[in-house]
Amino acid sequence: MSDKKKELKPNTYKFDTLSLHAGYQPHKNAGSRQVPIYQTTSYLFDDVDHAAALFNLERGGHIYSRISNPTVGVLEERVASLEGGTAALATSSGMSAIFLTIMTLCEAGDHLVVSSQLYGGTVNLFRLTLPKFGIQCTFVKPRDTEGFKKAIQKNTKGIFGELVGNPGNEIMNMPEIAKIAHDAGIPLMVDATYQTPYLCKPFEHGADIVIHSLTKWMAGHGSSMAGILVEGGKFDWMQNDKFPTMTKPYEGYHGLSFAEEFGPTAFTMKARAEGMRDFGPCLSPQNAWNVLQGIETLSVRMKKHCSNAEEMVKYLSNHESVAWVSHPSVPDHPDHELAKKLLPNGRGSMIAFGIKGGKDAGVAFINNVKLASHLANVGDTRTLVIHPASGTHSQMDEATLKFAGLSHDMIRLSVGIEDIDDIKNDFEIGFRAARKPRLVSNQ
Amino acid sequence: MKFKVNNNEVFASTGGRPFDKKKPLIIFVHGSGLTHMTWVLQTRYFAFHGYNALAVDLPGHGLSSGESLKSIEEMADWVNDVIDAVGHKEASLVGHSQGCLVTVECTSRYPEKIKTLSLMGGAGAIPMNPELLSLAENNDPKAVDLMMDWAHGPAGHFGGHPVPGLYHINTGTMLAKSRTIQNTLGVDFRACDNYKNGFDAAKKIKCPTLSILATDDKMCPVKEGKKLASLIDGSQVDIIDNCGHMMLLEEADRVLTVLKKFITTNYPPLSS
Ligand SMILES: Cc1ncc(COP(=O)(O)O)c(C=O)c1O
Repeated sequence: MSDKKKELKPNTYKFDTLSLHAGYQPHKNAGSRQVPIYQTTSYLFDDVDHAAALFNLERGGHIYSRISNPTVGVLEERVASLEGGTAALATSSGMSAIFLTIMTLCEAGDHLVVSSQLYGGTVNLFRLTLPKFGIQCTFVKPRDTEGFKKAIQKNTKGIFGELVGNPGNEIMNMPEIAKIAHDAGIPLMVDATYQTPYLCKPFEHGADIVIHSLTKWMAGHGSSMAGILVEGGKFDWMQNDKFPTMTKPYEGYHGLSFAEEFGPTAFTMKARAEGMRDFGPCLSPQNAWNVLQGIETLSVRMKKHCSNAEEMVKYLSNHESVAWVSHPSVPDHPDHELAKKLLPNGRGSMIAFGIKGGKDAGVAFINNVKLASHLANVGDTRTLVIHPASGTHSQMDEATLKFAGLSHDMIRLSVGIEDIDDIKNDFEIGFRAARKPRLVSNQ
Repeated sequence: MKFKVNNNEVFASTGGRPFDKKKPLIIFVHGSGLTHMTWVLQTRYFAFHGYNALAVDLPGHGLSSGESLKSIEEMADWVNDVIDAVGHKEASLVGHSQGCLVTVECTSRYPEKIKTLSLMGGAGAIPMNPELLSLAENNDPKAVDLMMDWAHGPAGHFGGHPVPGLYHINTGTMLAKSRTIQNTLGVDFRACDNYKNGFDAAKKIKCPTLSILATDDKMCPVKEGKKLASLIDGSQVDIIDNCGHMMLLEEADRVLTVLKKFITTNYPPLSS
């Protein structure tokens, strides 16, 4: 055995190592072990030739922190490396990452096919704001794979969805929907905020652009707003005439053809050169640094998030005050098998459950828990709860609420990494309070 | 731009400026399994400073049609055909890795046409690891993963791309996987492995020559690059610390600075 020739194996760094090191070279930064915070707006040019070269994208480098910043750049490379992407562009929030993605891809007169189960802010963007820019969207339920195909029109420029819909936990069949997109010559964009690359790398399942609100699990600490778009590098922009601003000499950037010059990084290059220049939702270096601190422990945290979530699923499923529990780990969840395939490292820490007693019970529960925080966020290391019908989705009318997969008794739980017994004890307090109004009204 | 060589359509990036017959020509030749995009941080500069910078996709690679050429000698003749096809009488050549074998061979065959030669990560011969060669010929994506591992120095493995937001290893991987691996990398590796004429060809080269080598280059180590350079009369050598085989991206700025000085001195641009 010992004389058997050693098999060649690539020794590129793996996930946990990349979480700590990718995108940063200490020897180019005064040996500083931690990533320095480049708290600056602008960068010296060597001479006029150097200045012109930077503006013409002849050389790499920084000009002005709205376009790029060295600290933010480390974050971008780090997330690109973790996702298996070619390039990334960080933004001031998850919403600006989504907006910038769409604005880089589309122009007035274009159309998108969009999953109907999305974060409430994203629904508003697609339903009400993008039409103001002449971009129309058709919404399709995430499980209706065929529906995505049927909704594609001549002017459709992409498909957008969240892998696990929020907050109904419906999973879109990403490999199938990617195939539908690619057969139509358009890219699939996936908001993978809830998964992080630890749970799922959408590029491995056919996605072309991945978006994160880094505000959530990626950072974990709940201290900083941030977003990012990541490019897979596989999509061939030149296969058809649908994306002239990517493939033809583009007036918007000195006659540059992004696809010809930058190939697998063309989308990010355009999003930065045009989008950051014209819209400007740049991430502050301090916030980029804060997010980097979180990413260092991403896999350790995600393991605990997922194990705590599975414990909570068991606890809630057996609880007398709970009418139903939705989480992809529940065997009778309609997407249980698909979740196993797409989320092999854990099914995430978002749980939705119905509280017996409907809306009043929900309100009582939320108002009485002490450890779980009632707030409009998800993916904090601390446990968070909200009642969507009266919180995040409160601007929606009854019909839209139903279409988004919501109900009045639904509580959305983002399981933190506290001691599991403390979370359960806290929920007991909430459930006790929730049972009271029901007892009263039943008499 | 697109043009025809031997009835096949060839794609070459012109670095963001239209091709202009009056300007001197520099042809950039990529390495095994790669494309014109590896040169983006050199070509755009020359294109904006008085040259036609033509980063070609070899036949069957990137955006060029046709089948991959099977030997370094054929590729060398093809580069000469490119000069004719774009209507020029002479050119400067820049090669990376396999592109060095090609440009060395081309310069030795057409000495009257080639005005300067710049070699990055070059060697007189590039014998392939048999297992890597077999993986590439069998269309195994592991061949690309191994190449990306060996092609980047320890620093490049961490990232630190000169263009903000780009990640070296994944970008290189996507370039090398953009066409069928066995038809690009597989054919190229075999051509490198078969090529034995590098040292003899080098001895015939008389034009100004520059070699840029990198201390952490595992694919064409400094020692091999120096051996090649020592056979070329008066050739200059520049060695980059802390850098691997992908120096044209890993240390793009340094490479451009050295290349700019060498080419503008020995093959001046059309002054504007
Ligand atoms: C799935 C998802 N995408 C995007 C966003 C928007 O991100 P941000 O709040 O960072 O703008 C959120 C916010 O809750 C979200 O949950």
